[in-house]
Amino acid sequence: MASVDSPGSSEFEVVVRLKPEVLDPEARAIQETLTRIGYAGVKAVQVSKRYILTVDDRSGQGATLVDSVAREFLANPVSETFQVRKL
Amino acid sequence: MKRFTSTGTPRIGLIDFPGSNCDKDCADAFWRHFGIRLQPVWHTERSLPKLDAVLLPGGFSYGDYLRSGALAAHSPIMTEVKSFVAKGGPALGICNGFQILTESHLLPGALLRNNSRKFICKPVDLMAGSGESVYGRSLAGRRLKMPIAHGEGRYYVDDDGLRRLKDHGQVAFRYVDQAGVPSLEANPNGTRDNIAGIVSENGRVLGLMPHPERATDLLIGGSADGLAILESFLSSFM
Amino acid sequence: MNSSFSSPDLAKLPRPELIDDSPGAAFTALLRKHKLSSDEYATILEILGRTPTLAELGIFSAMWSEHCSYKSSRVHLKRFPTEGPDVVVGPGENAGVVRLSGKLCLAFKMESHNHPSYIEPYQGAATGVGGILRDVFCMGARPIANLNALRFGLRSHKRTAHLVENVVKGIGDYGNCVGIPTIAGNISFDASYNGNCLVNAMTVGVIHEDRIFKGYASGQGNLVVYLGSATGRDGIHGASMASGSFATNEANERSTVQVGDPFTEKLLLEATLDVLEKGLVVGLQDMGAAGLTSSSFEMAGRAGNGLYMDLDHVPVRTTAMSAYELLLSESQERMLMVIEPHRWDELKAVLDKWQLACTIIGLVTDTGRVQIHHQGKLEVDVPVAPMTDAAPKYERPMRPRAKLEDNGTSFNKIVQDAALQRGPEALLLAALRDTGDKETVYRQYDQHIGTQTVHGPDEQGAATLWVRSEWADPTEPYLGMIAVAACNERYNRLDAYHGGAHAVVKAARAVAAAGGRPLAITDCLNYGNPEDPAVMADFSLGVDGISKACLELSVPVVSGNVSLYNETDGESIAPTPMIGMVGKIGDVRSSPTAVIKEPASLFLLYPKSIKPEFGGSLTAKLLEQPLRGGVAPKIDWHAEKESIDFLCRSIGDNLVGACRDVGDGGIVTTAAKMIVKTGLGLNLQIQAKELAGLPELERYFGEVSGCYLLTLKSGSEPKFLQLAASLRYNAVVQAGHVEASTVISWGPWTTPLQLCQHAFTSSMI
Repeated sequence: MASVDSPGSSEFEVVVRLKPEVLDPEARAIQETLTRIGYAGVKAVQVSKRYILTVDDRSGQGATLVDSVAREFLANPVSETFQVRKL
Repeated sequence: MKRFTSTGTPRIGLIDFPGSNCDKDCADAFWRHFGIRLQPVWHTERSLPKLDAVLLPGGFSYGDYLRSGALAAHSPIMTEVKSFVAKGGPALGICNGFQILTESHLLPGALLRNNSRKFICKPVDLMAGSGESVYGRSLAGRRLKMPIAHGEGRYYVDDDGLRRLKDHGQVAFRYVDQAGVPSLEANPNGTRDNIAGIVSENGRVLGLMPHPERATDLLIGGSADGLAILESFLSSFM
Repeated sequence: MNSSFSSPDLAKLPRPELIDDSPGAAFTALLRKHKLSSDEYATILEILGRTPTLAELGIFSAMWSEHCSYKSSRVHLKRFPTEGPDVVVGPGENAGVVRLSGKLCLAFKMESHNHPSYIEPYQGAATGVGGILRDVFCMGARPIANLNALRFGLRSHKRTAHLVENVVKGIGDYGNCVGIPTIAGNISFDASYNGNCLVNAMTVGVIHEDRIFKGYASGQGNLVVYLGSATGRDGIHGASMASGSFATNEANERSTVQVGDPFTEKLLLEATLDVLEKGLVVGLQDMGAAGLTSSSFEMAGRAGNGLYMDLDHVPVRTTAMSAYELLLSESQERMLMVIEPHRWDELKAVLDKWQLACTIIGLVTDTGRVQIHHQGKLEVDVPVAPMTDAAPKYERPMRPRAKLEDNGTSFNKIVQDAALQRGPEALLLAALRDTGDKETVYRQYDQHIGTQTVHGPDEQGAATLWVRSEWADPTEPYLGMIAVAACNERYNRLDAYHGGAHAVVKAARAVAAAGGRPLAITDCLNYGNPEDPAVMADFSLGVDGISKACLELSVPVVSGNVSLYNETDGESIAPTPMIGMVGKIGDVRSSPTAVIKEPASLFLLYPKSIKPEFGGSLTAKLLEQPLRGGVAPKIDWHAEKESIDFLCRSIGDNLVGACRDVGDGGIVTTAAKMIVKTGLGLNLQIQAKELAGLPELERYFGEVSGCYLLTLKSGSEPKFLQLAASLRYNAVVQAGHVEASTVISWGPWTTPLQLCQHAFTSSMI
């Protein structure tokens, strides 16, 4: 099993969140609660899911692989967007 | 109610995933009311038997992990279901089945978490929409009562998508109030335009969040309105 | 993986270090951490003939904990009546089983998960549901209904809202995902539970009489197979935690709570039923409290055999787990199976389909000992029989509480004066608010999956299911099963004997009001600290009260659970013996609802011997009267049985439209609950001459045992009265009308319906 320490492996982070036009009741609930309990300085809250993928990158195709996984699988293109970042 | 002999019996595949829960209820409804035995098809199968139609039942396939229906949509069997549908095969997806259909892109849009962030189980009133599908033709304007039971039933599609659905008469069912109006108070989960169910462009695939298989008997839940939907489904290939 | 597995020569295996039991602070602390007394330690030395290893000490600690060994309660529990013509499996197995119809049986049990739910309410409640489901399905029964009984502190207590929200979510998320309908239960709020919530989960399943499976490790040379989720550090010492009280400075209990995975549970359920149907296993046991330890000892114990296990083969989630941790982990969704070696491939094929990992971890031996290997050492070598035979069995001292009074007259007068001062209309509203509509709770539970639910929680307090099964008698195509959970803690606080009996009869009334005949009970006996002689006396009296009721009503106890040490900072909860009862209804189409949906005449079943009381009443609670004042309503066994019989007959004859047992807050509160959400008004006018002599407040708010409110189906009055006459049943009383109006009027008082609705629906958190 590939691990971060083994040669040829890279770690990528994929962050998935709802598209801005889609209502996120969880984010809204968090924001409202924060305001209610006294954290008036919090202007906005976004909730996202963060995946960390350790991939075989010996051929330098790691980023392409992760992009494909994120697009086809981790994010639902109808309602979500995603960002990929190499760690 | 039509009952069928074994020679004339339609072959309906019941696609089962690990975590599907409502498969037995569907099988029970079709057997008791129509004399039809659904054919269970396990998610790992790589080919479908000869079928007239496909049914995706409700439940928590794969525990709803990643997103409801997302993992199930990638099961080997779904490749087969997609070809079946592409060739004009009829399909019915109930609750989690609807979620699997959208994740498989066999129906447009997505089902998101209920606004309340809570699971909701209650009876609802649905108004059937008009359209060219068998559902539109046989049920348009009818009010049907049956239960919902879901945590992710909020239908979402973007503005263009919604316009297309409405223009093509693809909105099959909306949540309505006592007066038959798709009001805010009748909307149980924040679903777009009070949408409870939609059909595909060719009208042969129906996905809906409410459970018709739970409304086939007045004794259970006080409504047998679900039968009308199941009958329309049957009539689409018989 | 191949099915061969052998044990090394155990005589040659080195032992790990034994514990240091030289007298001193370190040893005292070690015993205290393991909740073992020095007497118990002496017994361990006798059993082993030597000092134990740390892993062995851990095993004794778990197996001899209150939760696993019932050491304080066993001497009393054996007084329960457990036999009857319909009992198929009595107490002692994973669940009790009674015959319902033909070869169709019901397997059911109730269990508590109180302490974990107080610490981490979502996971505590969820894993409670998981545990009781496994107890039922590992006997081969398919679960068809979940119920839960919850007790919380006052709504105003700072922890209550958080507990309610998360316990309900935990129960819902778990049950919904596994696909079992959660149909009935009860919730109440009492200051007694401020520091100790109660979460009692009950499951009922269906099973064929000849296919009931028990947990036996039989057959020397058979393989011991581990099935399900990998083992992690969850819940170590969970069993001993359940055997101890809370103190306000113990805030670091978080690490011991188990986390549940209902998806794996669903797979486990289907795989288990599949495997049992194919006859692939010889023995099967759920890994519940004390995990691998209790399941292996229990299975070996029942079969009279021994086990050899190799912990190196146990699938783990965390690295570097010690033998101690592996044995005591309470990671969820795991089971132990015993199979004949030649069935391994078939078993593996079924489990692969259900994506469940399985590993051979041991063998059944004839040594009568449990011997466990880990990383080259013989960590455990303990004889099986003494684990149960020599398990501590305490006869704890009991000192019954002083009886307050025999006559409630003066207390009743005080309460009524207070009620008149407060204003009866306001009191009714307070009663409705205190009970509270439970809709926000049950809407989070799937109530219909399985398509057998006849009346949901919005219409009926009992779970009423149309059980469609080919194993049932074919002359009963509309066979129904009814399940309820009941206990009135306020009556228990006054008199633990009466309270225990009353819980049983209250459950029986709920079954009868839905048209059913009571069949059998399970129980969850929630009490405080057994080291307090008053609490121990309460427990013993509770057992006696329950036993009395069971004998009178011919309902045996077939399973149950005890939860002690429900105490915070030295204060125990009120005795809460929760009773779970199942009943049978021949034709479920005749089952009435508990709500009235159209205008009708109202009737009371009010036996002549009834005398309303205010001791332990909701009214007394609302008026903040002393908790231990007055007397609770007496039980007239003859009248109770007569009424249950009359109801079953009249409901069976299809005469009854709606029916409810008169409970908290007396006749007016019960009647109000029957119409408050249907938008009809009520004109209560009770026409019994016996009641005419009573002050009106007593007539309408006084609490009683053995009365029912009901309406009849249109046109059924003559037949109903005729039936009563033919049975010489003289308790039918005209009680007024349900009508299209906007008020509830009773005696000289009137309350607008709208205020009642608001009070009822605004209170649930």
